[in-house]
Amino acid sequence: MNFRKYLKIYKKFLHTSLASELEYKTNILVDLITAILSLIGSIFLLSIFFQNNGYIGGWKFEQALIIQAIYTILNGITNTWFNPNLTEIVKHIREGTLDFVLLKPIDSQFFISLKKINPSGFLEIMLGFFLLIFCIRVNQISLNLIFMTLSLITICCSICILYSLWFFISTTTIWFVKTWNAIEVLRSFLYIGRFPLNSFSFSLRIFFSIIIPIAFITTIPSEVFLGLSQLWKILLEVIVATIFLITSRKFWLFALKFYSSASS
Amino acid sequence: MISNLINRKILTLLKVQYSNMLEYRVEIALWAISGIIPFFMLNIWTNNNLNESINFSDIMLSRYFLCAFFVRQFSVVWVVFSFEEDSLMGKVSPYLIQPLNPFFRYFAQHLAEQLTRFPFALMIAFFFFIFNPESIWIPNLGILLLSIVSTFLSFLIQFLIQSIVACLCFWTEKASSIERLLFIPTLFLSGLLAPVVSFPTYVKSWIYLTPFPYLIDFPASLLSGNETNISGGLSMQILWIFLLFPLFRKIWSKGLKKYTAMGS
Repeated sequence: MNFRKYLKIYKKFLHTSLASELEYKTNILVDLITAILSLIGSIFLLSIFFQNNGYIGGWKFEQALIIQAIYTILNGITNTWFNPNLTEIVKHIREGTLDFVLLKPIDSQFFISLKKINPSGFLEIMLGFFLLIFCIRVNQISLNLIFMTLSLITICCSICILYSLWFFISTTTIWFVKTWNAIEVLRSFLYIGRFPLNSFSFSLRIFFSIIIPIAFITTIPSEVFLGLSQLWKILLEVIVATIFLITSRKFWLFALKFYSSASS
Repeated sequence: MISNLINRKILTLLKVQYSNMLEYRVEIALWAISGIIPFFMLNIWTNNNLNESINFSDIMLSRYFLCAFFVRQFSVVWVVFSFEEDSLMGKVSPYLIQPLNPFFRYFAQHLAEQLTRFPFALMIAFFFFIFNPESIWIPNLGILLLSIVSTFLSFLIQFLIQSIVACLCFWTEKASSIERLLFIPTLFLSGLLAPVVSFPTYVKSWIYLTPFPYLIDFPASLLSGNETNISGGLSMQILWIFLLFPLFRKIWSKGLKKYTAMGS
């Protein structure tokens, strides 16, 4: 019953935000070109790294491409859902329109996390999938059921972690009002997800797996694809993702207690 | 008389914007942190011994990336985003009445922000030297002055390019997506992620004809004491400014005729 209600509301969200975004059709085209160029750019950078080396942090070029593919898919998801919605939170809080959201008889986190959608991110997700399929061919990965479920689980966990990170920072807006730059910091850290974790020095590796778990986001799913991942790593990712999701929820409810409208 | 007036205008603008920026110290600190990607890149380079192939010693490479960080800090431009917001909110109209091109206001904003950012950038450099004490060096005064000049020229080039893109707001309303598109080649070709010297020859053959390597690679190599063609680099920077400035003037006067006030 409840689930059906939310599904129905989500359909409405999709409809309205697609309608408003499709008004800027050239924008979508420009965004697509941006996504393609950005992928070409990072492959170019990788090729510089591999110019005279066969391996980077134990990864071959074809293997490192899987990371690029997963990064592109996740980046597409970020651009489709997380970025447009969570920048909206900042606006809601600054202008005090969060009042209207809180008054609605639905969950506020659901509303602000899924209200908007940016269709140009879809193209990026597709681009990532094409690269992934290409990688599966090149690396001669055999597709079986266990592999499919494991990779699906890890990618879902990555999405959860990514969402929690974004949501966490956006929530801090309630205290700091302007968190635009904190989001920039997160973006620049996420950039690291384009490279295998092993290519960094030990201290950075620790930093990126404990303090900001970027390592989990792209490296573990890629390892699953290559069949390199141990079971405990996958389990660890599931645990981390659960912890992140629960904390982000708790943090949002906690932060709401401090929300004191604006203006008017 | 006239120059006196201009001086007073510029000084007042700078003072106002500087006090404005001081209000947002935390944000600017965060922004400074978001620029640390070059250090992550340095980590990949040195950790995998990638620099051996391009005849770059570890120390020179770490100096290069530190300088790239500095140059980037003092040449970041965001005029498109400010202008887009102002023009969508109808804030440009009052600026247009004033006997001063609105872009001077943005220009002063950027300079003031750089001034505020300076201590934070120094702090990050200080930490960098604590971790890499062997890379400390003192450039001689002439080189230091020249690199400050070339960093400023790089800032000017980027400011002009973005102002031209910003003027597209008069036609399309959402010019920032074009800026995001232009940012991709800037990111990958400017030398922020890898020194231009390391690029494959098929890129090196044409890249010096574009403005990109003069944005970060040239000033950073100059400051870090790596080999560069000083006079050639400086004259290319000046050439690009001479090419871009009339273009900006033209598009500004054309766009102004197109301008329709938004909102209220």
